[in-house]
Amino acid sequence: MAIVETRNLTKVFKQGELGAVNDVSLTTEEGEFLVFLGPSGSGKTTLLRMIAGLETPTSGEILIGGQRVNDLSPRERRIAMVFQSYALYPHLTVYKNIAFPLKAQKVPKSEHAKKVEWAAGLLGIGKLLDRKPRELSGGERQRVALARAIVREPAVFLLDEPLSNLDAKLRASAREELEHFHESVGTTTIYVTHDQVEAMAMGDRIVVMNFGEVRQIGTPADVYDEPADTFVATFLGSPPMNLVRKDDVIVGFRPEHFFPVSVLAGRAAMPESLRAVDREGPYVPVNLRVSHEEYLGSERILYGTVEGGAFQGNKVISRMPSTLAPQWDSGSIHAFAVIERHLKFYDPATGKRTAPRPGPWR
Amino acid sequence: MALSASRRRQGGAASGTALGIAMFAPAVLYIVLLIGVPFVLAVLYAFSDARIGASGFRLVGLENFRSILQSPSFHKALKNSIVFTLCAQVIVIVCSNILSIALEKPFRGRGLVRFLILLPWVAPVSLGTIGWKWILDSIYSVITWVLVALHVYKPYNAPMWLGEPHLAMASVILVHCWRLIPFSTVIMLAGRSAISKEIPEAAAIDGAGFWRTTFQINLPMMTPILSVAVLFGIIFTFTDMTVVYILTAGGPFDSTQTLPSLAFATGIAGSDLAAGAAISLFLVPVLVLVAYFMLRIAHRAEVV
Repeated sequence: MAIVETRNLTKVFKQGELGAVNDVSLTTEEGEFLVFLGPSGSGKTTLLRMIAGLETPTSGEILIGGQRVNDLSPRERRIAMVFQSYALYPHLTVYKNIAFPLKAQKVPKSEHAKKVEWAAGLLGIGKLLDRKPRELSGGERQRVALARAIVREPAVFLLDEPLSNLDAKLRASAREELEHFHESVGTTTIYVTHDQVEAMAMGDRIVVMNFGEVRQIGTPADVYDEPADTFVATFLGSPPMNLVRKDDVIVGFRPEHFFPVSVLAGRAAMPESLRAVDREGPYVPVNLRVSHEEYLGSERILYGTVEGGAFQGNKVISRMPSTLAPQWDSGSIHAFAVIERHLKFYDPATGKRTAPRPGPWR
Repeated sequence: MALSASRRRQGGAASGTALGIAMFAPAVLYIVLLIGVPFVLAVLYAFSDARIGASGFRLVGLENFRSILQSPSFHKALKNSIVFTLCAQVIVIVCSNILSIALEKPFRGRGLVRFLILLPWVAPVSLGTIGWKWILDSIYSVITWVLVALHVYKPYNAPMWLGEPHLAMASVILVHCWRLIPFSTVIMLAGRSAISKEIPEAAAIDGAGFWRTTFQINLPMMTPILSVAVLFGIIFTFTDMTVVYILTAGGPFDSTQTLPSLAFATGIAGSDLAAGAAISLFLVPVLVLVAYFMLRIAHRAEVV
């Protein structure tokens, strides 16, 4: 096990162009599951490939376990990587695929069988050892790739979107297995994905990237609840955070914190101890003209425009449990509210978080 | 109504068939006239006493084959054909592999190098070989000239590239290689680029070095396309007579004679059509075998 650290890591593919990775400094914790999250082209895969040794940094340093590895080849870095396409060797059986790293690293042949069986057993593919990769399903291939990665007990795992080739249902169960797997092995893992659900579900911490820069590093709760800038605010969450311009500041609030006043009123009628309004503090009333509604089974997404008040004219989204709401005809105007405590404030020039502005927001 | 519709459909099918036959006929005609008829004639002549200039011929059974099998020239030619083909293939595969590795990654001027490497394949065989004949000439050879200038040889004992049996054989193999390497390189490059980039990367991370990646990952994955290159190479070398005919005409002392050149020398130049046809028939088993493997590979490529 080891800690991975990057210091001012930069990769520029074409001179004069914007770098794919710009001045990234980050440090994993021992045994941590760290997720690189960002849209395509954000540099997350390039960053991972530099850590793996498949890409040479333009400047900056990479340290694994405290040792500078910039000049070491991939094989000397004691890492294992699972590729998006799994990159299984198509002409070798599953057994030989898993044993290949052992062979390449000159592990005595007598130990191969034991280690391959251990790895295959851990991932439940013991029965597939004689098959060729083309005879396996997507999920099985992914497990073989994982088994090939753990068989030589690396210091660090690098996973490059390993679930993106699986169908939605399989992805959910594979995600759970992967988490379980990480718990049992406890190896420092860096996981690249563009899928925020994967990142939120699996990551101990998330590194949100855009245009080759780290926008925020934090626990899933940190990056979701306290986004450091407008990019993180809109990239995480589906639907994204509502951002409305008010004078010289951008005000943001999550769609799930934006709901009908009737809910608050309903709560007011509840027993004293459960009264939301008092506990949550003052709220900002907003009149919403509904433009359309999406019914998603468990929840309802409402799109509309603010009529009058502080956020006049802005398009906003509300998300509420579908049990809660009646029909929302388009064009009708409803009284909505967002609790003041949930408002985030961003500087329009830099997009960065700024100090909260006091109300009134009416 | 229904009847007329079905009749019309039948008419459409019939005219479709006619069109099909019309489109297909030229290919059939081509194969029958240029391949089928000569092949049947060759088989017929091989069992006859046909000679150039004679007005007719009669069948003599296996007489031609009996005399060929006893002829030392034939043994020599058969052996040479096999030696040339095998040697050329080994050299071609090794060299084209190295070239394909070198040309895989982009570098400045790669397009030009690729073009230059492909040139020998594009040039007519006969012209290229005539060029080589001059390069290897006993008096005007540039190779000899360079070697003399470098004081490796004295002018009077310089090697006669095409005049000494072993050197002549090596020269023939060399020219075959020169001609086949471009073709083979292009095929290998195609095979190499078909391997997903992530696979050699995975091998690198798994700890494999250059040799292990080349021999345990890349080459095995290229086997199907590699065998296509080899089979084509075998056909080109085994059936070729241009190179031998122009360079050495089979000499010195039959030392570079191959089956096709011996067949030509006996059948056309020596007027013994029957014997020439019989010699060329010895090419058939080898070619049938090669064709069989080629079809198998093509079939497998379709299935996968």
